[in-house]
Amino acid sequence: MNTILFKTVQADANTARSGTVSFEFEGRILTAPGGISVAAALMQNQVLQFRDSPVSGQPRAPYCQMGICFECLVQINGVQNRQACMITVEEGMKIRMQHGQTTFAIVQTEDAE
Amino acid sequence: MSVQADVAIIGAGPAGMIAATRLAARNHNVVVLDEQAQAGGQIWRNITRTSTGLAGILGPDYAAGATVAQQFMASSAQHIHGATVWNLTRDRQLHYLQNGQTHVLSARAVILATGAMERPFPVPGWTLPGVMGAGAAQVLLKGAGTVPATPVVVAGCGPLLYLLCWQYLRAGVPIAAVLDTSAGTHIFAAAPALLKGWTAFKDIRKGLSMIQAIRRHNIPFYRGVQHVQVLGDTRVSAVEFEHRGKTHRIASDLVLLHQGVVPNTQFTWLLRADHAWSDAQACWIPRTDPWGRLKDMEGIYLAGDGQGIAGAQAAVTRGELAALAVHSQLDPQHASSLDTESAPFMAQLKQDMALRPFLDAAYLPRRENRIPQDSTIVCRCEEVTAGQIRDFVRQGCMGPNQAKSFSRCGMGPCQGRMCGLTVTEVIADQLNIKQDAVGYYRIRAPLKPVTLAELASATDPDL
Repeated sequence: MNTILFKTVQADANTARSGTVSFEFEGRILTAPGGISVAAALMQNQVLQFRDSPVSGQPRAPYCQMGICFECLVQINGVQNRQACMITVEEGMKIRMQHGQTTFAIVQTEDAE
Repeated sequence: MSVQADVAIIGAGPAGMIAATRLAARNHNVVVLDEQAQAGGQIWRNITRTSTGLAGILGPDYAAGATVAQQFMASSAQHIHGATVWNLTRDRQLHYLQNGQTHVLSARAVILATGAMERPFPVPGWTLPGVMGAGAAQVLLKGAGTVPATPVVVAGCGPLLYLLCWQYLRAGVPIAAVLDTSAGTHIFAAAPALLKGWTAFKDIRKGLSMIQAIRRHNIPFYRGVQHVQVLGDTRVSAVEFEHRGKTHRIASDLVLLHQGVVPNTQFTWLLRADHAWSDAQACWIPRTDPWGRLKDMEGIYLAGDGQGIAGAQAAVTRGELAALAVHSQLDPQHASSLDTESAPFMAQLKQDMALRPFLDAAYLPRRENRIPQDSTIVCRCEEVTAGQIRDFVRQGCMGPNQAKSFSRCGMGPCQGRMCGLTVTEVIADQLNIKQDAVGYYRIRAPLKPVTLAELASATDPDL
C-alpha cells in the first residue's frame, strides 16, 4: 500500500509537540510525534488495518477515535485488547495487530488427574 | 486504594469542568475522573496544549474552550486523568482504572458529565478500513494534528459535518465530495422552529457561511443523497449513492460518515435509570429534573449532552445548574436560595437551546440510515445484520436482550454502544410499536475491559 492516507497538518507540524517517539509495530520501527494516541501514530504511518474481526476475519480499523467502537483494539507490550485511540504512544512501545479469535493451548500438567 | 470525596465528576468536558470549578470554589472536595490525558472533553479536546496554528484552523468556538479549561486547571478540584471508570453503583461508589491499577472512590454526590458520541451510521460497507466518523476525523485533527492526505468523501448530515469540512478547507485538506443526506422535507418542517429560534440567528449565519465556504471551493455538493453505500474488498475503494434518481460512484480511499451525535447512556443504563425515547432526536434521554438530578436516585446528577443533545454552550450552563443543585445537597442551608441562584442559568439555557428544535428537525437522520436494509451489518463486533434481527422478531423476539441471546448481538467488546440504537429501532419498526416498549440492552459492569490482574490490584476487600 503506497498511498499516503494521513499526514500532520502543516499548521501543527511547525509547532514542537512533545518531541518524536519511536515504537515498534509488527516488528517494524516507526516514529510519530509524542503526545498523540497510538491510533493516530499508526495512521500517520499509513497503517490502515489494525486487526481482523474474530467472527469472519474481516479487516478492521478505528472508526470512532474516542473509545466507543473498540475497532482499534491492538496488543500493546504483550497485553491484548488495548484501545489504541485511548492510549498515548510511548517510546519503545511494542504494538501488534490482533488476528481473529484468541485460542488457548490446553496444557496438561503432570499432577493433573 | 479507597478514597472519599464530596463530589465525583465523570468527564472533563464543558459540563464537567465548569461544575468542578464552581463546586471547588465553594470549598467542596471535588474529584474529576477523565479517560483522556488532558481536560477538554471531545468538543475542546487538547485545548490546554493545542498549537496556535491548529487552534486557528479549528475556529473561534474551539478556542473559546480555553477559558473554561484554564479556570478548571486553576481550581482546587483534583483532576485524575487517564482514568477509566468501569463501575458506578446507586450508592455512589465507583471503580476506576488508572495505569493498570483499580481504585475505589465513594462520593456524596456524583455528576455524570459523559457527554455524547457520534450516532452510528449503519450502511453497507461501513465496517471497511478507510471509513470513519466525521467526529472521529475531527478528534484526530484536534488531538493529533492528523488529517487525510488524499481526497475524502464526506457523507451525512448535521452541523458537525459542515464544521469539519470548513476546518479541512482551512487546513488545506482535499475534499472529493460532500454527500448531504438530510431530507429536504425536514427543512420545511423545521421552519416554524426556526422563527422561534430567532435569538440564535447568529448561529444560523455561522452555519450558512460554512456551507457557502464549501461551495466557494467548488467542491461537488450533492443534496438529498440516498442509498449511500461504501464499496471495497479489504478497504474502501469508492462510495456509491443516489442523487435525483441517478446512481453515482466516486472513487476514494477515505469516507467520513456523520449523522449527528447522541447521548452516551452507558452509565445511566448501568444504573437502571429511567430513560425515555426522544422522537425529535431519535435516541434515549435519561429522565432528569431541570438541574440534572436523575429520577429516583439519591445524589446522582447528569450534566451536559448526556441530558439530550444541546451543544457545548448549553453543556456549560447545565454544568452550572448541576453545581448549584449539588451545592444545595451538600450544604442544605443553601437549599432555600437554589431557585433564585438558578434563575439566570435557566434563562440562559433557554437561549442556548433556541436553535435546537430547528437543528433537530432539519438534521434528523433519514429512516434508511437508522433502520437499515436486511444485508447491512448492525452489530459490528459480532457481525449481526439487520435481516437477522428481523428474523428473530419473526420468531417471537420482543427486545434487544433476547436478540442478544439469539445472536451475541451487542455482546462484543463495544457492549452495544455501536448497535444499541439501531437494534431498538429495527425491532420497534418490525413490531410496529414504540421504542419505549422495546427498551434497550441491560448494561452491566465492567463498562470497559478490565484484566484479572487489574481487578486483583484493588485493595478494597469488598470488591
